Amino acid sequence: MTALAAPAPPETVESPEVLRRWRVGPLAIAGLVLAFYALGFVVHDYWFNAILIPFLIMALAGLGLNLLTGYAGQASLGTGAFMSVGAFATYNVLLRLPDLPLPVSLVIGGLFGALAGVIFGLPSLRIKGFYLTASTLAAQFFLPWLFNQYGWFSNYTTSGSISAPKLVFLGADLSTPLGRYLLTLTSVVILTWLAWNLVTSQVGRNWMAIRDMDTAAAVAGIPIAFNKLASFAISSFIIAIAGALWAFAYLGTVDARSFDLDRSFTVLFIIIIGGMGSIAGAFIGSAFVILVPILISNVSANLFAGAIDAGQSENLQKILFGALIVYFLIKEPNGLYALLLRARRRLALWPLKS
Amino acid sequence: MSSRLKKALRGLAFAALALAAVPSVFSAAAEEAKQQYFPLATFRVGAYASSGIPVWAGEIDYFRYINEVEGGINGVKLFWDECETEWEVEKGVECYERVKAGKDGSPVPIFLPHGDPISKALTEKTVADKIPQITIAYGRTESIDGRVFPYSFPVLFSFWSEASSVINHIAEIEGGKEKLKGLKIATVYHDSPYGKETQVPLDFLAKTYGFENIQIPVPHPGNEQSAQWAKIRQLKPDYVFLRGWGVMTPVAIKTAAKTGFPVDHIIGGIWSGSEEDVRPAGAVGKGYKAVTPFPAGADFEILKKLKANIVDKGLSDLKDPKSFGSVYYNSGVIEAIISVEAIRKAQSKFGNRPVTGEEAQWGLENLKLDEARLKEIGADGLVQPLELSIKDHEGGGAGKILQWDGEKWNIVSNGWVRSDRELLLPLIYERAAAYAKEKGITPRPDVSN
Amino acid sequence: MSFFLETLVGGLLAGVMYSLVAIGFVLIYKASGIFNFAQGSMVLFAALAFVTLREAGWDFVPALLVTLVVMVAGAIAIERFVLRALIGQSDLTLFMATLGLSFVIEGLAQLFMGASVHELNLGIDDIPIEVGPILVSQFDLLAAATAGALVISLSLFFNFTRIGISLRAIADDPLAAQSIGIRLPTLWRIVWGVAGLVALVAGLLWGARQGVQFSLTLVVLKALPVLIIGGFTSIGGAIVGGLLIGASESLAEIYLGDLLGGSVSTWFAYVVALAFLLIRPAGLFGDRAIERV
Repeated sequence: MTALAAPAPPETVESPEVLRRWRVGPLAIAGLVLAFYALGFVVHDYWFNAILIPFLIMALAGLGLNLLTGYAGQASLGTGAFMSVGAFATYNVLLRLPDLPLPVSLVIGGLFGALAGVIFGLPSLRIKGFYLTASTLAAQFFLPWLFNQYGWFSNYTTSGSISAPKLVFLGADLSTPLGRYLLTLTSVVILTWLAWNLVTSQVGRNWMAIRDMDTAAAVAGIPIAFNKLASFAISSFIIAIAGALWAFAYLGTVDARSFDLDRSFTVLFIIIIGGMGSIAGAFIGSAFVILVPILISNVSANLFAGAIDAGQSENLQKILFGALIVYFLIKEPNGLYALLLRARRRLALWPLKS
Repeated sequence: MSSRLKKALRGLAFAALALAAVPSVFSAAAEEAKQQYFPLATFRVGAYASSGIPVWAGEIDYFRYINEVEGGINGVKLFWDECETEWEVEKGVECYERVKAGKDGSPVPIFLPHGDPISKALTEKTVADKIPQITIAYGRTESIDGRVFPYSFPVLFSFWSEASSVINHIAEIEGGKEKLKGLKIATVYHDSPYGKETQVPLDFLAKTYGFENIQIPVPHPGNEQSAQWAKIRQLKPDYVFLRGWGVMTPVAIKTAAKTGFPVDHIIGGIWSGSEEDVRPAGAVGKGYKAVTPFPAGADFEILKKLKANIVDKGLSDLKDPKSFGSVYYNSGVIEAIISVEAIRKAQSKFGNRPVTGEEAQWGLENLKLDEARLKEIGADGLVQPLELSIKDHEGGGAGKILQWDGEKWNIVSNGWVRSDRELLLPLIYERAAAYAKEKGITPRPDVSN
Repeated sequence: MSFFLETLVGGLLAGVMYSLVAIGFVLIYKASGIFNFAQGSMVLFAALAFVTLREAGWDFVPALLVTLVVMVAGAIAIERFVLRALIGQSDLTLFMATLGLSFVIEGLAQLFMGASVHELNLGIDDIPIEVGPILVSQFDLLAAATAGALVISLSLFFNFTRIGISLRAIADDPLAAQSIGIRLPTLWRIVWGVAGLVALVAGLLWGARQGVQFSLTLVVLKALPVLIIGGFTSIGGAIVGGLLIGASESLAEIYLGDLLGGSVSTWFAYVVALAFLLIRPAGLFGDRAIERV
């Protein structure tokens, strides 16, 4: 949309061919997944509750948004709202239909998210670009308002916040940190696998065709309207499940404020810093967003404790995080995933060529 | 490009190394500890930092006073470190997880979440970890019922007590509770779970006393309120109860002045009643009132001691000396006093050593601060007499009324204005029972040990 | 009826305040195609700098000038270190960069000037005046006048000066403009500098209304729907959009609030903006055609 003089992109965006050539083998992926499961049995509570669970959930939300933005080319600032739909819908399903198994409740929550996604995706049939992004703000402000305003959604608690009923599946109590971690990890693995299949299928190719040039895609016989709404639906489905996990597997108790505009920004930021249009990008981006501030805070707590005034140290950390964002966007506008791919390529050639 | 790439990779490698250093934070050895760890969740950056900074100063100054002047709690000195939450839930949870295992062999006795949403997210985690959280004047009201919420302590003044005290103050001005009949009382509230907490008790009190209960929400952040105050001008309430947060309070006071509503008929809630809330409103804030469990003023005995032993010796955490004795500074002192007294009580049963969360819970549930004990501490008038039990994690339920004279707050109520707690408690227990049912919690029996 | 009028006037005056913030966005978007989310932080920084100087005993005018110099210096630094390195990147990347920038600016503001709340007294007594049956705030009238004056002078500047014409050339056809010798970096510095000035004016007026504190950064939320309605590229559009949003928001809060349960204004402006987009996708005054499907 920017009509400014745009020199050719400095780095070639990884084309699907290149991606395939550099694709990690299925064995490696399986190994990684197993490692994550194994991790569950060795680490401390802190890692579950403060790092692994939020990292996985935000990666899942990033994955959902990446389908919409990175693959189908529709930017959205309504991610937080779709997360809130998932959280509140799942809560009500768990509360009102307690006999349903937990995964079914989560899927129903996701379906409500998909419905909301389709409704608020309707403007995409008429407008695109930055104005479309701005119009998704209507969802972002309307839906959390709705959940805050009408007590029914939170079962008339005094404070309007919702709290996870007991998480049980097949008789196993999933309320422990390990249980919540396994629930999150399993959801993420299944949904990521589905998403991977989706983007490598005809649907995914259609989406990318629409992203790259919708007129040409239409000429080629791809139904534009259907595919756009489908991308909103599937993306919001995943995001809504992420929202439900955020509420119940991570925080335990939330209210509509947990899903404000900042949450939407964070998720958008995850896919941009991680890498648009790549599944790994969502995970890398989420790692950056969740880990870096904790890292900075821990390092400064260990190195400078007592040396600098606490308030000033916090401000410096904030400046550092902001500067890191700008730095990485300048260094690698295509995201950290592209940086990793390049590093791999260089490592493969090393030491013949540096 | 290659050198840039190398630099970027070097950066990543450094980050990975630094990450590897993280676990050192919770390598708490089980050695015999001599000092009591007391982690502080603080927010020194972000939207609410201005109200937080004096609170931490009050807390830290009192802890230093305990260490320096009294030689610790029965000889057990306190040590603490800070964790930044920015008042955000996720960061607050991370902080809690980071510190909960204790430090240098000392367990965590009490956690102060400093943030309503954070405290709600910690409700169950604190039960699992057996660490009591004290939420003075925020948090879930029904957590007063310790049978259902064993580790949540909304000590002193819940939002329900806040609402009831304001109504009772209006009754005092009008000359008795029977005069409430026919009055119009409008509540202008921050439209959030926090803001809505007082709807149920006000509805109940309106039915009981016969006043008209008008509820006017202000959307977050509340930097534009012309519509709300135009409505007030139309409805002409006798009093406005202002339950704001952050920027909403000064904008409300200014907009009230613009629309000609008498500022001295506005009574602010706890989080609309600090210097930081009124000062930005400027001259028109003169006459504005607020209810608070944290009376402002530097004349309390303990504040004089803090001044002499900490502030004047340059040991204070306070950057801005103007804030000494302010509502938020005093709130920090009050929080610290209650925490220290709970630890002291726990020591009386478990021995003079660093106590665990479970022991501090016993200390809190058996805490009794009567006039005599408060006088010893030097906190009479600053802290209301307090008695906690399993069934009652609030204990006080009274506030003082402050009035802004353009420069500072003055206490205008005659002592503590009590709330109708006995009327409201059954409703609170009902809600706690409903929560227990929804979550499948079996309430603890109400027996003290 | 007078109640309706009073609500309407209050809303319109509030709308002008939203426009003030929106203008800063429009300037930068017009010149560089960047949706500058750091505008809110710039408003905070400007107001905080000014009030800090005033509290240190400076007079009004020198404090104002020094703040302006700081803002312009900041604009130049942003151009040099951030924008120039990001030329040609996608809109979203640029947008995210301004988000990172906002962390830096907010951090710097609080690092150097503290986190306390300040009162900002511009010496305007805010006593309401009665116009017929309705009350109007003097301060809001003055703010509206300031915004009006700002819009007129900016319009004059961009329509009749060389810089302004270059700017329009850049907005129309950047390649052609550069090929005839218009220097893009210079222009950006100027526009970001002017945006700094606008942030200062907005910071002073909003700061006087609500106190100078961190939540000044939140005023951007009010500017977003204004931009959607008014178009991202028209200064006049920002004013009209502000008036529309301010009025509809106030009226909705009063007349729909009872029906729907209050706080309608959080989303009403966005829904109005969305409806607008569907009917007129370029906004009221947007001159850059929005691609329609």
